Amino acid sequence: MECFGDAQKAEGGIVEAHASTRPMGVAAPMPARAQLATIWALMRRAVNEVVRVPGAAIPGVLAPTIFMIGLTAVFGNLTDLRGFTTDTFISFIMPVSLLQGAGFTGAATGVNLARDIELGWFDRLLVSPPPRYVLLAGTVLSASMRSLMPMAMILVVGFALGAHFPGVFGLALAIVIAASFAAVVACYASGIALKFRSQSAGILMQSATFIAVLFTPAYAPQALLTGWLYWVAKYNPMTQVLEAVRQGFVGDVTWHNTWPGLLCLAGLAVLMAMFALRQMQRTGS
Amino acid sequence: MSVATRARVVGALGRRSLRQAFRRPMFFAPVFVFPSLFLAVNTGGAGAAVDLPGFPAVHGFLDFQLAGAIVQSAMLSAVSAGTSLALDIETGFMDRLMAAPISRLSVVLGRLSANVVLGFMVGVWFLGLGLIFGAHIEGGVAAVALVILLSGLTAGAFGWIGAALALRAGRVSVVQGMFPLVFVILFLSSAYFPQALLEQPAKAVANVNPMSYIADGLREPVIANITGAVTLECLAGIAIVALVGMLWSASAMRRRLRAA
Repeated sequence: MECFGDAQKAEGGIVEAHASTRPMGVAAPMPARAQLATIWALMRRAVNEVVRVPGAAIPGVLAPTIFMIGLTAVFGNLTDLRGFTTDTFISFIMPVSLLQGAGFTGAATGVNLARDIELGWFDRLLVSPPPRYVLLAGTVLSASMRSLMPMAMILVVGFALGAHFPGVFGLALAIVIAASFAAVVACYASGIALKFRSQSAGILMQSATFIAVLFTPAYAPQALLTGWLYWVAKYNPMTQVLEAVRQGFVGDVTWHNTWPGLLCLAGLAVLMAMFALRQMQRTGS
Repeated sequence: MSVATRARVVGALGRRSLRQAFRRPMFFAPVFVFPSLFLAVNTGGAGAAVDLPGFPAVHGFLDFQLAGAIVQSAMLSAVSAGTSLALDIETGFMDRLMAAPISRLSVVLGRLSANVVLGFMVGVWFLGLGLIFGAHIEGGVAAVALVILLSGLTAGAFGWIGAALALRAGRVSVVQGMFPLVFVILFLSSAYFPQALLEQPAKAVANVNPMSYIADGLREPVIANITGAVTLECLAGIAIVALVGMLWSASAMRRRLRAA
């Protein structure tokens, strides 16, 4: 199992390395260190895709940034409405773009998994020694890592255009929550990919992310939402997550505004991880 | 080749493109699903904007947003059509069409005719959605007919741009990569918000963006009444987009054939 200490070898050498050290018919448990190395190898593979085909990643990085700038240009005057909680719209919308960028990265992870399933690469992973939850963890955590790219772009452009700096702690909190959200969406999208085994299911991954992030007080504070969106946003758990990310950009960071978001994110993470694991266990059985 | 034969070719290719558009979620979702979700979010999220000083008198923000949803959908239908054409190029189907005894114009027109029909459907879809959720169409039945007609023409005009992109690039990924550009053009126009209330520099760009005139032409019959001048400006905007797309398509087609 020493070969798993070298993460670079894990991608191509999972089957051979483990099989050669295992007696016939005995399913030896994989050591924790090897499991971590496998997760890291899968995460590196996802990042390699970005390095090798940068053109494919550009729309995912550009789109949330364009939305942030565009929505500021279009709806910037909404800050003149009584009850708006900030005087610069870009500070208000930037957290939405962070979650949008992270969410769509998570959805893209599901589409990539569906592609791997269609091409047969995932079947080869399934017959390799690592447990299925390790394969899932590698896939899902790669989304968190990849989500840092759109987030970096959004933050640089947003601050350049005058968004409030939320302080180091506020910024770190926003990044951690958004990156975790990418993993939550990746769990959901991976579950969908495993269930439908086709890239055509990408629409289910993307539209659910769109609804989760934007059916919240995304454009205006809760009190200024109109019609059905007011009620949907009120009970959408993502509203709490968004408020936790947004707090530093429009005011002070407080525990009072943080814990509901963390709780909702943890709840969503447990639910989506259970869904993905269930689909993973059903795969091939 | 007789006109009747050409028409049959255009019809057959158009029907094929329409079937393709509805069979694959990657083609119809950007045209119907995402613009509908965006319409819902814009309407509920920024609905209080009607209270801003300078906002035109409207029955509701949904009435104002319908035109934005229609032009967004029409533009995305062009991206879908371009993607589909690029897929035909990648898979070699386009080469077989080029070798067939049919005119090259018919090949492009076939796909564009499908886009025009899709544009009519988009108009019907969003007006229907608007009416279900309480929009008022001030111009009455004539306004409904005009909006559907303009929606089809807009989708057809942008279809030329999508075809040009596909013929020029010949790759699905490049055409799909244009998706964010659609939103740049939309955000820099009066598609979603009154031009007077846009932030600079979007306000200045919107003034010269043909998309603003197209959106205003689609909006006026819904929030007020049919106005000759606004409708003519809308048609001029559509004509500009179509002309640019036609010239670009012709150039891209010549280049592709030379390279073959």
